[in-house]
This record gives sequence, structure tokens and C-alpha cells, in this order.
Amino acid sequence: MRSARNRELFALVPVAILLTAGFAAVFAQESARLGNLSLIYGAYFFAACLATHVFLRIRLRNADPYLFPLMALLTAFGLVMIYRIDEDLARDQANWFLLGLVLFALTVQFLRDYEVLERYRYTIAGAGLLLLLAPRLPGIGQQVNGAYLGVKIGPLAFQPAEFSKIAIVIFLASYLREHREVLIVGAKRVLGVTLPPLKHFGPMLVVWGASMFMLVFIRDLGSSLMFFAAFLALLYVATGRFSFVVIGMAMFLVGAWFFASTVPHVHDRIEIWLNPYNDPGDTGYQILQSIFAQADGGLFGKGFGQSLITIPGTDDALLPAAQTDTIYSLIVNETGLFGACGVILTYLLITARGFKIALLASDGFSKLLATGLTAVFAIQAFVIIGGVTRVIPLTGVTLPFISYGGSSIVANFVLLALLLLISDRARREAAEPGGRALALGHA
Amino acid sequence: MNRQIVKLFAFIVVLFGVLVGFTSYWSVFDAEALKEKEANKRPLLEQQQIRRGRILAADGTVIAKSVAKGRGDAKRYVRRYPEGSLFGHPIGYSFVREGDSEFEQFHNDQLIGEGSEFSSILDELTGKTQEGNDIVTNIDPVAQRTALEDLEAVGFGAVVAIEPSTGEVKAMASNKSFNPNAVPFRLTEMNRNAIETPLVNRATQGLYPPGSTFKVVTAAAGLESDTITPESTIDAPGTLDVEGQPLSNDFDEDFGPIALDTALTNSVNTWFGQLGQQVGQDRLFETMEKFGFGSTPAIDLPDDQVYRSGVYEEGSVLGRSSPVDLARLAIGQERLLTTPLQMALVAAAIANGGKLMKPQIWNRVIDPDGRVVERLDPSEYSQPVSEDTAAQLTTAMEGVVSEGTGTNAAISGIAVAGKTGTAETPGNKACGGGIEQNQAWFIGFAPADDPQIAIAASVECTEQFGGDVAAPIFRDVAEAILNGE
Repeated sequence: MRSARNRELFALVPVAILLTAGFAAVFAQESARLGNLSLIYGAYFFAACLATHVFLRIRLRNADPYLFPLMALLTAFGLVMIYRIDEDLARDQANWFLLGLVLFALTVQFLRDYEVLERYRYTIAGAGLLLLLAPRLPGIGQQVNGAYLGVKIGPLAFQPAEFSKIAIVIFLASYLREHREVLIVGAKRVLGVTLPPLKHFGPMLVVWGASMFMLVFIRDLGSSLMFFAAFLALLYVATGRFSFVVIGMAMFLVGAWFFASTVPHVHDRIEIWLNPYNDPGDTGYQILQSIFAQADGGLFGKGFGQSLITIPGTDDALLPAAQTDTIYSLIVNETGLFGACGVILTYLLITARGFKIALLASDGFSKLLATGLTAVFAIQAFVIIGGVTRVIPLTGVTLPFISYGGSSIVANFVLLALLLLISDRARREAAEPGGRALALGHA
Repeated sequence: MNRQIVKLFAFIVVLFGVLVGFTSYWSVFDAEALKEKEANKRPLLEQQQIRRGRILAADGTVIAKSVAKGRGDAKRYVRRYPEGSLFGHPIGYSFVREGDSEFEQFHNDQLIGEGSEFSSILDELTGKTQEGNDIVTNIDPVAQRTALEDLEAVGFGAVVAIEPSTGEVKAMASNKSFNPNAVPFRLTEMNRNAIETPLVNRATQGLYPPGSTFKVVTAAAGLESDTITPESTIDAPGTLDVEGQPLSNDFDEDFGPIALDTALTNSVNTWFGQLGQQVGQDRLFETMEKFGFGSTPAIDLPDDQVYRSGVYEEGSVLGRSSPVDLARLAIGQERLLTTPLQMALVAAAIANGGKLMKPQIWNRVIDPDGRVVERLDPSEYSQPVSEDTAAQLTTAMEGVVSEGTGTNAAISGIAVAGKTGTAETPGNKACGGGIEQNQAWFIGFAPADDPQIAIAASVECTEQFGGDVAAPIFRDVAEAILNGE
């Protein structure tokens, strides 16, 4: 099993190369503006990756060898892009990355028997919902661009939706593990449509409905979309009933239509998506500038550090929220279509590894948890990339591991820890004498 | 559950495929259209980051340069025009917010050092920042100043001076000119000024009735088509009846049977009216087209800022099959409208033994390391007339200056060939609607035996004749150029 960790170590080599090349390119381009101290951050980053690798060698010898390097790759890429926008932001992000690694290690250390999560599923669901609600609480809630996304307690500010997505997935995985049989067997055909039995479906619907309500309540449309998609994905995988997905889609469309016509904030987002040129200087500015930045990237991009983010001579943004929402457009602008495809491919590889873990896992909870975590991760990437490329309305979720933001990076490292925990057990069982022959070839 | 997981993965692959599709669309397939969008200031802002190359006059005078403002991220380049309005036309301007025009617009790619995508990747790898190239023009600043100052003394109008053997544009002045440095502050005001129209380059966009200067073209068609020889005579009465309207000479003077040189020297309307009818529309139009009428002149200025010359009806140029009054067309009337540039090309072609060279303002492109990367290679546009015809026309045009209507164009010690023109434009709104208003012209070249320069000068809204107001401008500009050599 040592070979898995060796592969991980080798896979970290391209990360180191990308990081060094990226920082060097940005530094060469902007040496006048950036202090050379920041180059040392690159070295620190790589040292932290190596330390994590050693930790994994000790604690999770059998875990998937590619997930960590892939995520490190995205983080490194994100750090280069953020460094290129603002040196101070990159320093923050590097600190968040370190904190993320600490939480990653703690999760691995204390959640080795992650089944305990099942025992607390209602507590976890409750905590997840409470987290979502927190930004509306007086005193600690913060409103940004009409959405209540942040919480600020003293000096500590974070976006709770990033964490509650994990909580909700844990709950859904656990609940569906227990009830999937009855959901399938108890399904009735009404008017040619297979409906799930209400009795077993009810509690889940309540939790889901509550989360939807609160997402609209805090106006976080991106997370809402993400949660909903993860819910449908898990429901489909657990029951194998495509009709449930169709029903869910129909429910979503009705809900979307309802909210679009009653909640001005939602209506505006959709209107901007459909007709960005109606007000190019104001409401349509972000999405249009995002697309213009991409148009300027071409096949190969303008090179690291070459993009215009503010209008020269002013502080006015040419690419609004370049370090968060529109960071993908910045990537297209600087690294071109090829760079962007590289990023999308990296997300796809992570998704593939995540589902691979789900396939290998032997028990239902592990399977569903791995599926749910992977799906919510992939869909988050889709929601924000789709948003800045006008596939869907632009909503403010982060691009996992790349966007600037502490909550996002820390939460995603917890997500990674859970995936690796599941992977370690699945691969160990598969490799043990007497273990299932099925996965032997994958050791 | 494994089967569902695989299907879910397939679905996510499709979703990511859609992302790749949209990204490709924006970044590659629709990119050009997006760069043209009004709301998209990014291309201009990026150009501002590049030190745009200088534009220089033939003697090295700096016409346009870029100066850095701000430092670091805020560093950007702004265009400065040290000579102000002197080169407002034909150089134009280039600013981020206001866009660009004329020479600055036409030569944009060279001025910002735009290469192919491949070469910019090379630059990126080698760490070279994009830098603009300098362009040296053919413009002689002394001639340019003479032309503009002479025009400013007499009224709105334009002067174009071209070296016949190469097509090099030595001067192109348009009054009213504008100061490009003021464009960022006063563009709207300049645009609104319908009387002075300072942003309109009258040399290429001023469409004027050419009057008698067009008789040179009619004569060329007559000689070229063997309708006449220099010796043939046509009876020129004081008045002709053409399509029910009298076509008369000045003071209804009856010249009797005369040949080309007398007819041109005295600008005899009835003689050229009959010649036009004898030549016929097909052959007259053929000669006109060879001189460039009906086409956008092949000069290095944006196509939308260079107008075609020809017989206009409701904004479009008529072809040879449309009915026209040939006799009046032959003397530069009818609905014929020409630009000063076009008439300069007529003079230049005759001066160059019948060969019309492509007129070009630029001369060479110099990269930031001082190497000449491109140099003007004079090329022939057409041959409107044979060398013989050109020589015969030259002889006749010499008579105009030595003893005819164009004596004010004479330069001591040098033979000058030319032709005056005075088109009546009564009620021209641009002139305030008065009755005694003429479009005064002079076209010509010097020295007649070894032409170094061909010039067209045209003055709007004047009460004077071409020989009085335009011929002296010709003389001054020609002297400025010939003395400089």
C-alpha cells in the first residue's frame, strides 16, 4: 500500500512546478508592485503540502492517492491568481489554506470512525440549518449585494453555507441509507407516475424544504441551486428511480418560477442573465465584463499577471469580484481556453476520484456520503463557472479551492478529509485478505 | 447503487462539457464580436497599457507620441500631438474613450505592435512586453503648414500634394482643422459643429463640384479615344443649346474653331461640352474610372473616411449606364462631385506619364529597436492615359498657367502645368446660403518637364475664381516642396 502514497508524492511534483512557474511569472510581470518576500510563500505552501503528505502516510495509508494532489493543484493555481490580484489577499488565503490543513488533519484524526456521524444525523441537520439561518440573525449577520451570506462574530467572519452543505449531505446520506429500501418498495404509481411514499419521504422533504426556505430567506441562490442538485443526485443514486428526479425537477421549476415572480432579488438575477445588455453599465456590468474578459483570453490567454482587473488610474473594477465570483473569467483571460479546460478537467478528475471512492465503498452510508460530497463539490464548480459563462444565472458561490475565501477553503478541506477517510477504509477492506475480490485490482 | 453513480458521473461530464462549450464560445468563436461591443472597453484599455508608437513627419518632426501617466498598475499612455491642429488631418486622433480616426485608426496595428497570436506567445515566453512601432510619414511639415495657413487665410477647403512618381502624400491639409489634443474634452462640441465640421477631412470627405478642372479628364478621354488629336479643332460658339438649356462660355465669348490648347487655356465650355458628347458616356466613364472615379481611393486611411468621387444621385454614385447630361458632365457640372484627393490624383497621373500611383501617407515602420521593419513600395494603381496623351495634356496645361486662367500659379524659373476651376454653388447652406458663392479649384504639377509634385487646392464658399484664390495656394505649396529639395 506504500505505492499509493508514492503516487501521491509524484503527483505533487506538477503542483510544485505550476506553483513555482506561476509565482515566477506573476513576479516577473509585476516585480515593481510585489515584494519578493511573497515568493517565499510559494515555498511555504509546498512545505505544507509535503507535511500533509507525510501525515497521510501515517494516518491514511490506503486513501486515494490523487485527490489531495489534485486539490493542492487547484489551491496552488488559486493562490497564484489571487497573488496576482493582491499580495495581501494571497497572504490571507495562504493562512486560510494552513487552517484548512489543520482542520483536515483534525477531521482525519478524530473522525476515523465516521459512522458516528450517522448517530447524530438530526443534530447535524439542525446545525446545518442553523448555520444557514445565522446570517439573518441580528448582530452577527451581514448583507452583501442583497444576499445574507456572511456571519461576523468579533474578528471572525465566515460564510456558513459552505459548512452547512457538508452537514446537509451527511444527513441526506444517512437518512437515505436507512430508508432507501422503503422508498423503493413503497413507491406507488399514481396516474402513471411513480411517487415516493410520503411517510418515509416526509422528514427528508421537511429538511430539504426548510433549507430551501432559508436559502431564499437569506437569498443565497447559488447555494440553493447547489443543495437542490445534490439532493436530487443522492435521491437518484439511493433509489435508482429516475422518476423521482423528474418530480424533483418539476418541483424545482415550479419553485423557481414562483420565486422568480415574487422575490425581486431572484427576478433581477434571472433578468440580468437573459438580457445583460439592457443595462451594461450597472446591473449587467459584472456578467458582461466577465464575458469580455473571456473574449480577450483567446486560445492561449494573455499570460499570468497580464490581465486588467481595475480600470487603469482608478480603483473602479473592470472585472468585479475577480478574486471570488469571476475568478474563472480571470483564468480564461490570462491562461486562455486551454488553461480553463485544464481547470475544468481538474474538477472532473476530482469528481471521477470521488465517485470511484463511492464505487469502492462497501456500506451504503459510505457510498452515499462519498457520492453526496463529490456531487455537491462538482455542482458547486458548475454553478459558479456556469454563472460567469452565462450558462445559468450568475450567483455568488465560490469556485472550490481557487476563489479567495476562508470558509470555502476550510470547508472544502473538511470535505476532502471525509472523502479520504471513506477511501482509506474502502481500499483497505478491498486489499485485506478475505476482503472483497471486486476491488483488488485497484489497490 | 453503482450503476446510478456511474450514470451520475456521466451526467456531470456532460455538465462540464457544456462549460467547456460556453467557454470556447466566449473566448474563441464569439471573441471578435464581443471585442467590438460598445460596452466593452477592455480592448481600448489594454491598448492604453501599450506604448503606442510615434508618428513622424518626413523630416523627423514628431506628429504624435505617447506619454506615460501614473505608475505601476495605474500606468497608462496618453496620446499627445505636439503640433496641435497642423496635422489634425490626415493623422486624426487616438484616445481610449473617444476612439480613433484617420491615419491613427488605419495604422493602429502597426502603432501598437500587434503581431500574430503566435508571435505574441513568443513575446510572452521571452518576457517581452508589447511595444508599438514608430511610423514615418511622407508629410513635409513646411508644405503642410503652408497649405493650412493659406487655406485659413481664404476659407474652408483642402489641399492635397502628391509626389507623382511614388504616390507619396507630401501634404494633406483641411480647413477647418482641429487640435487632436482637445478631443478628450471637446469631441461632442466638434461633432456638433455643422458649419466648420472640424473633424471632417475635406481632402478625402469633401465632395465638391470640380468645375473646369474636370476638363482635363474630358480632354484625356478625347485624346485617349482618338476622338481628337492636339491639332483637331472644334467650333466653339458663345452658347450651345444642350437639352433645352443654354450652355455658355464666360461673357458668351465665341471662339470659333479652336484646338485643345486654346480651349483649355481659356476654359471654353462650349468646346468641352461638344467634346464630351463626341467621346460618349462609355469612354468618358472609362477614363474617369481609370483615374479612380467611382472607387474609394487606395490611400492608407479608413475606407469610411475616404469618399468616392463621381456623378451622385441621392447619395450613390451613378454608373455608365445611367442617363447623364454629357455636355455638362464634360465641364465638371451635372451632379459630379469630387474630393480634392481625387483631383490631385488626376494631376499626379498626368504628371507621371499617365501612370497613377497609389497615394500613401506612410513611408516606413520602425520597430522599438530602431530597425525599419516595413517600407513603402510604390505601386501603380492604373494607367488612365498613355505617355503621349499625358505629354499632350501637359503641354495644354502649361498654356493655362503661362497665358490662361491660371497665371497666379506660375513659379519663376519653373514651368508649371495646371488647370483652374470655378464651380458656382449658389445657395450652398454650408456657406450661409448666399448667391455669389463658388467652389474654387486649382490642380496642377511642377516642374512641367520633370514633375516633382502634383497638387489639388480647393476652396469653399468664395466669391473669387479658382485662378485668383486656389492658384496662389498651389504656387505656395509647390514652392515649399520644391525649395525643400
